[in-house]
Amino acid sequence: MRNLRAKSPMVLASASQKRLEYIPMETPTPTKISVRGCNIGLMRAGTGRPLLLLHGAGGASVWLPYMADLATRHDVLVPEHPGFGASDTPDWLDNIPDLANFYLDFMDQLDLNGVDLVGHSLGGWVAAELAVRNTRRLASLTLVCAAGINVKGVPKVDTFLSNDEQRVRDMFHDQARADEMVRQAQRPELEDLHLKNRTITAKLIWQPRGYDPNLQKWLHRIDVPTHVIWGANDRLYPKDYAYAYQKLIPGSSVTVIPDCGHIPQIEQQQAFVAALEGFLEKRKVAA
Amino acid sequence: MKIFNFHLMPYRHADLDAIEKHGTSWVTYSNSDYDPQKGAELYHEYLDQMEFADRLGFDGVCLNEHHQTAYGMMPIPGVLAGALARSVKKAKLAILGRALPLLNNPLVVAEEYAMLDNLTRGRFIAGFVRGIGAEYHAIGVNPAQSQERFAEAHDMIIQAWTKPGPTQFVGKHYHFNYVNTWPRPYQTPHPPIWIPSQGSASTIRWAAQMKYTYAQTLAPIAVVAKFFQLYRDEAEKAGYTASPDQLAWSNTIYIAETDAKAMREAKPHMEALANKFLKMPTEMLLPPGYSNIDSIKRIRAAKVTGKPQTIEDLVRAGVIMIGSPNTVREKLAEYQDLAGFNTSLTKTQFGTLPDDMTRANMEAVAQEILPHFRNRLPQGQKQAAAE
Repeated sequence: MRNLRAKSPMVLASASQKRLEYIPMETPTPTKISVRGCNIGLMRAGTGRPLLLLHGAGGASVWLPYMADLATRHDVLVPEHPGFGASDTPDWLDNIPDLANFYLDFMDQLDLNGVDLVGHSLGGWVAAELAVRNTRRLASLTLVCAAGINVKGVPKVDTFLSNDEQRVRDMFHDQARADEMVRQAQRPELEDLHLKNRTITAKLIWQPRGYDPNLQKWLHRIDVPTHVIWGANDRLYPKDYAYAYQKLIPGSSVTVIPDCGHIPQIEQQQAFVAALEGFLEKRKVAA
Repeated sequence: MKIFNFHLMPYRHADLDAIEKHGTSWVTYSNSDYDPQKGAELYHEYLDQMEFADRLGFDGVCLNEHHQTAYGMMPIPGVLAGALARSVKKAKLAILGRALPLLNNPLVVAEEYAMLDNLTRGRFIAGFVRGIGAEYHAIGVNPAQSQERFAEAHDMIIQAWTKPGPTQFVGKHYHFNYVNTWPRPYQTPHPPIWIPSQGSASTIRWAAQMKYTYAQTLAPIAVVAKFFQLYRDEAEKAGYTASPDQLAWSNTIYIAETDAKAMREAKPHMEALANKFLKMPTEMLLPPGYSNIDSIKRIRAAKVTGKPQTIEDLVRAGVIMIGSPNTVREKLAEYQDLAGFNTSLTKTQFGTLPDDMTRANMEAVAQEILPHFRNRLPQGQKQAAAE
């Protein structure tokens, strides 16, 4: 299952944080896995307990520094959702609950146990739907700037009316950082990938926009330790959403990361990893 | 050729500078710019123009459907069709809406169109569209479901019109235990079905296979000719020869004594339509999932939504016909022969064109154009005789 290559130059090059330079980096080769006839991309690296990362609307085609960091302590699995990137777009895929049920199949097939499930944005919605259905294989749940619920009266950016540049800018608090991301996103060879991801995202979240009114009725069923991590300056799902999730999931805790937009794992990698590891550590001690 | 008077019913008193500043007259352009006193007058002005078209001898009048925009005041075209069903005496009455995927219950279209067909004693023409991308922002329906909802709603409506009820309909998006519309359509088996489109190849193929009239929206005549040829080719593949009556072109005509005068008079009104009322960002025109990825790439590459257009550009490209009676006659004949259509959906009001100029234009079209084209068929092409 593991396809590991030694040091990743990309990770080292972008690791401005001193700490990272001393961590042995592993970049997994993306592989394909077929789950009940649906082929999806999967990156997997590291050893430890399984940590399943469910990506947001931007997809997961690249092994990022925070994944490499986590892989020094966990068995990190980053699947690419059906309909995204290099994965198949199956006929059955209509909504987020479809993805939640798919990942229950996925965990069954890989026989993952004691999974620390981490979902970001759209992937956070998938994770919450999954945990509402069945936590048998989960040890914990972490929601990062998660979609899925609606908080009345809190304005959100309409990303479907933003142009390509504005859409990237709205993800970040630090606009200097956004400049760099805009440049990266505008590479023409990425157009097909972006359009595919945008198309399936529209199909999954257009209406109601980014939530299912039925989800919040059942979040109380989540019976694993749950942590909510949010960017203080998230414009897509403002931090009121973090507290709303906290209220709806019994015993959950919240970490709001300052100077941070919608993608804490990129914009504030250290703070994000610290928040996640802190929660996972506490959970282990409690257990 | 059949010539219809096609109206977009723009809110022609809109604040054009405000639209320019906002970037679009659609979806997010505030309706605080709508003055009900002026709007009410406009509805009557435009409906009067449609009735005038009937008296002038136009073959039909056309309404369409757009939502939450100053571009057109017809979100529910059936209301206006109802108003015209008794006052328009001879002309056909066409709705070049309804945007079926936007509806959660398209059974109401089977009912609404059947009512109009009865009211007009069979002069009704039933349009089915997906709606442009902006509609999906305005109404909230998922653009990625647009094609399958359209196909399903269409099948259900045809079932309602052709199978003695009650029947059951079970689709993915629509589910009805009882499909049993009262009234039934006046025409047998149902009103003629027209499919307006911006030129999607799959839509053209489907319309040809179904023998539905294909109506091409705003496009340069060379492009129109290509699309119509595609329709004829698809008809041959489906085992029949398409009649030019199955092809309709949506255009604009403005006539004055001389070309120069016509251009001068039409210019501000036409350019208000092209550069203000029609303008929208690409993201609004093309929500993800509305078209397949290849067409989205093609349209994005063409940057169709960006460039300001002059009336001269539009005339040169053969999108519109502006000039003296003679010039317009020559152009229309040339374009008819080039593209092989036998129905012209002609806007005589456009953009900010006021009532008096519109009526003068309509009279000019009635006197100078209609009689010359009444029995004219496309020349120089292998086409089945019309009718």
